[in-house]
Amino acid sequence: MVDAAAPSSAPTASSTRDLVTADGTPLKVALARATRLSKLRAFLLVAPLLLFILVSFIFPIVQMLWRSIDNPEVTDAIPRTAALLEDWNGEDLPSEQVYAALIEEISADGMRQEIGRMGARLNYEDGGFRSLINKTQRGAGEISESPIQYAMIGFDEAWEKQDTWAELDALAESPGFAAAFPATAEKLRAWETGNSPFAEKTPGADVYETLFEELSGSGNSTDIAQVVSLLGGTDNPIADLIQRTAANAAEIKDRPLRFALGGVDKDWNDTATWKVIKAVSPPVTMSYYLNALDRTYDANGNIVMQPEWKQIYVDLFLKTIYVSLGVTLCCIVLAYPIAHLLAILPAKHSNLLLILVLLPFWTSLLVRTTSWIVLLQSQGVVNDVLFFLGIVTDESRLQLIYNMTGTVIAMTHILLPFMVLPLYSVMKTISPSYLRAARSLGANPLVAFVRVYVPQTVPGIGAGSILVFILAIGYYITPALVGGQDGQLISNFIAYHMQRSLNWGMAAALGTVLLAGVLAMYWLYDRLVGIDNMKLG
Amino acid sequence: MAETDTPFVQFIEVQKTYDGELLVVKDLNLDIKAGEFLTMLGPSGSGKTTCLMMLAGFETPTEGKVMLGGKELNNVPPHKRGIGMVFQNYALFPHMTVAENLAFPLEVRKMGKSDITAKVQRALDMVELGAFGARRPAQLSGGQQQRVALARALVFEPDLVLMDEPLGALDKNLREQMQYEIKHIHENFGMTVVYVTHDQTEALTMSDRIAVFNDGKIQQLAAPSVLYEKPENAFVAQFIGENNRLRGTVMDDDGTACTVKVEDFTIKALSVNHNGVGSGSTLSLRPERVTLNPDAGSLPNIFDATVEELIYLGDHIRARVSCCGDDEFIVKIPNAHDQSALDKGEKVLVGWSMEDCRALDA
Amino acid sequence: MKTLLKSVSMAALGFAMLGTAGTASAETLTIVSWGGAYTKSQVEAYHKPWIAKTGDTINSEDYNGGLAEVRAQVEAGNVTWDLVDFELSDAVRGCDEGILEILPINELPAGDDGTPAVEDFISGTLHECSVGEIVWSTVYAYDTTKLSSAPTTIADFFNLQDFPGKRGMRKTPKANLEMALMADGVPADEVYETLSTQAGVERAFAKLDTIKDETIWWEAGAQPPQLLADGEVVMTTAYNGRLFNAIVTEGKPFEIVWDGQVWDIDLWAIPKGAPNKDRAWEFIKFATDTTRLADQSNYISYGPVRKSSFAKVTPEMQPHMPTAPDNFKNPLQNDFEFWADYGDELNERFNAWLAS
Repeated sequence: MVDAAAPSSAPTASSTRDLVTADGTPLKVALARATRLSKLRAFLLVAPLLLFILVSFIFPIVQMLWRSIDNPEVTDAIPRTAALLEDWNGEDLPSEQVYAALIEEISADGMRQEIGRMGARLNYEDGGFRSLINKTQRGAGEISESPIQYAMIGFDEAWEKQDTWAELDALAESPGFAAAFPATAEKLRAWETGNSPFAEKTPGADVYETLFEELSGSGNSTDIAQVVSLLGGTDNPIADLIQRTAANAAEIKDRPLRFALGGVDKDWNDTATWKVIKAVSPPVTMSYYLNALDRTYDANGNIVMQPEWKQIYVDLFLKTIYVSLGVTLCCIVLAYPIAHLLAILPAKHSNLLLILVLLPFWTSLLVRTTSWIVLLQSQGVVNDVLFFLGIVTDESRLQLIYNMTGTVIAMTHILLPFMVLPLYSVMKTISPSYLRAARSLGANPLVAFVRVYVPQTVPGIGAGSILVFILAIGYYITPALVGGQDGQLISNFIAYHMQRSLNWGMAAALGTVLLAGVLAMYWLYDRLVGIDNMKLG
Repeated sequence: MAETDTPFVQFIEVQKTYDGELLVVKDLNLDIKAGEFLTMLGPSGSGKTTCLMMLAGFETPTEGKVMLGGKELNNVPPHKRGIGMVFQNYALFPHMTVAENLAFPLEVRKMGKSDITAKVQRALDMVELGAFGARRPAQLSGGQQQRVALARALVFEPDLVLMDEPLGALDKNLREQMQYEIKHIHENFGMTVVYVTHDQTEALTMSDRIAVFNDGKIQQLAAPSVLYEKPENAFVAQFIGENNRLRGTVMDDDGTACTVKVEDFTIKALSVNHNGVGSGSTLSLRPERVTLNPDAGSLPNIFDATVEELIYLGDHIRARVSCCGDDEFIVKIPNAHDQSALDKGEKVLVGWSMEDCRALDA
Repeated sequence: MKTLLKSVSMAALGFAMLGTAGTASAETLTIVSWGGAYTKSQVEAYHKPWIAKTGDTINSEDYNGGLAEVRAQVEAGNVTWDLVDFELSDAVRGCDEGILEILPINELPAGDDGTPAVEDFISGTLHECSVGEIVWSTVYAYDTTKLSSAPTTIADFFNLQDFPGKRGMRKTPKANLEMALMADGVPADEVYETLSTQAGVERAFAKLDTIKDETIWWEAGAQPPQLLADGEVVMTTAYNGRLFNAIVTEGKPFEIVWDGQVWDIDLWAIPKGAPNKDRAWEFIKFATDTTRLADQSNYISYGPVRKSSFAKVTPEMQPHMPTAPDNFKNPLQNDFEFWADYGDELNERFNAWLAS
């Protein structure tokens, strides 16, 4: 770097020249070089934590967000059907093509897991889909072997009945029938029924096909009339069946699969069924979120409220927020005097008290919760004492647990230390001279406390409240154990969907809404109090 | 705040103990006149702050009475005493603005809004912080905070203002400036001030009278000049200003003057507060009253001395000499043209008058 | 260490080894069940003889039912459970979703009377992916010291006038809706038909409404006997095995009312990709033979699923079986297909109803 006169970096627009070091390196470059190593070292020190947070915190949250909109079940299981359904107008039943695709895909080998998943997914939308899909999966393989047979059965399930065929079989011997339907008569004569319980109830597919062929053949109306009269007129249900089948033969022939699938389950004849499948087909969905907010898509894809008996989550979210606020308030009321006492007592006493405050931390959550059951149940300690004191009678023992009261009491107890500690750490730093100053300025003790002491503890109240509120809003075990019927919070339902219904998309959506709620609270707090004002310790 | 014969503040035989064993204030009797600036001066633990707190109402006397304007205060809670107070660390409420801090005592007195605004502004103007009303205390410098604290203690126009080491946290220059400001405010408003400090310069600068505390007792209560010129005991003499102390035995005493034998030297001193002939006494002599190389016979006390150390201090030179068996004997030599330069180790004569040398208790 | 353990267990179980020595090297099976007295009965009836026979190590774990864990393991491709004791609805659903192994049911041993397995098992207890084990039942019981007259029918459970006091019920619609309908006069064989209609569901909830305010809801199987013992409730629904434990083992003054019992079965199934699935299948075959199934009923009052095992249940245990003739007068089998279809919906509705 002999050529120090010309700085290596481009000159700035201003007339001042870049500062350079003795060997001509620009000062900025030299500084960057000098600090690079220490920056790298600092980064390496935080790298393990960064990685840990990434793996254990960020990644699961991202995954949860993804789960709440991820909707692969239908496209994974029946991709072609789903694609075909996209073009379906939603008014008439889908085209025969769609039926064919569905039958083929649903009975495909090795797709069992995907089909099962799809059934579970569709069942979230409408109860009954799980068995419909399972039934269809079992039936679809047979359909593709003989569409016409199942189309006939689908057209009228009498075609599946042994009685129907027994009567036709008996008729096969008559010359009139043989004249009208010669091929069928021949096949039926070859069909061995007998009276053994193990004998076939209905003939093979070829019989169905032959009969259908003859029923639908052109210019056969006289033949059919003949058979009907042989059966004793249209009052005979089988005669009626033959007449109706013949009348609709063209349609059946045109769309055998639609009738066949309808035979597996009549739900397939309902456009509503197809609409649900179509609605659930897109690879991402908002339906979990809608559900989490007590809304749903109606048949036409509009967002509407759920039926009243299914409206549960919005109330539950609100209840969770109210309970959390209530618990937070209870914690403030109880923790404030304790923290104040801790802060003003001499160290040796306050340490003992602090240990008492922390003691619950050293006990298992479950033990603490169950000990509340012992205390609060109607034959429990509290009620026994009240009864002994004559405050309640044996009949009017207070219901303190398995309801909201129990939930609030137990949660307040468990979360109390999270309020005491921030409050204590803030109060400890407040000099007693503030109160004295206020008194000397003419404020009575209450006014001095309220106007001078309390506002200075706001950072502690804020920190404690945020801690308690956020913990309370996600609380699970305690409400589950002592909540009873009305003490359940949203987290219990998240757990329910995680563990019981296995509807993880729903659990993720509820969790995401909860997370959004917490963030909103945080934002609100920041706006009202200022997050810089929070003091955790 | 009419001048009356009865003292404005009275401590009558006040005793205070915290633990039932040790008296931190012993038999205190103190009268403070209305409009007076009285300083309680003493080392830490001497009981001065306790006295102030009893006056403010944050401590109650174990024994005796505290009177204010002729009324007993013992059972009056602090907020009903109407005493302004400036705290050591100002105790400005951090969550309120300067103006809100000042308005606080007025609000709790249920004063009207417009009155409050006017009074707050006047008080701020008084301490030259008129433009700072909307700031938080944390946004002010130490000196500004101090002034706000002062303004807050004065804004409700109390007849009595207590100040508990209010300048302790300021640096030297600011402290001196504030001393004058407080002094001026006191002169302008004429309220009674009880001021606690352990800084004797501060006490001397500001006070009408100073009560020197030690060991729970007032050692001397007097105007600053009296305190300096005529300390009544060894503690006061030593605590206020610089002081040469010589210990010896009283040989004789004629009521005004006495002779004290210090080692082999006999010193003539003013008889002030010794315990009679034969008892021990401490002689107190201000360094600036010692004459260097006096003419023989011009002073009653002239002794040989050896210069041990010289410190140049600009306006004067401090010389440490050994004299009368004391090698910590200090002489202040004015930095004048007629003073000849001294050298370390030089033999000199030092002398002082009988009046400047006070024979005090041992 | 493993060899040492093995030889210790071999020595301890002495003669049992002789017949089987050298059949196969010992393996470790992880068997998951519901814990408590129930797992204990399985340990006594199945695990111990199996260890004696094979020298395997059995790692017994507890879970709370449901498919969540198995599904998580299968999805993560890290299956650690070899064998799981499922409720029927979960076993069927797991099979449908393909997270359970399909089992060669035909290989199951015949009953000791020679009846082929397929006919020996009660109908509905053999499935593609699971093999039945026990019949258990949700019944209700009351505290004999708290009631002046004894309730005898399912309708009495809903009769607050004649039998005042708190009730305990499981916090789930399952079994409760059925019992409500039966108490409301619906014959057992029409219960699910009724429940499939909107009106039927309304009717069931309306019946539940009559005791809602007096009901404490439990979740874990151990809770109801405790609630009864604590005097928190005067009668409660419960699993009959838990009640048996409280009445016989702990001597509690409870009485079971078998009328309107809702019975169900538990089955063995193997998670897809289980580490020792072949061994697990061997275990299933061993544990569901006539003798072993009958033996389990000595330790807990759940009935065997093989017809050939009935006769081998000891006379002392006979009256405690859900399938004992006296108890089996008005039973309802839990319909897994119904619950697979409408479980989610009814659960939501039930929860909404609870919260309202």
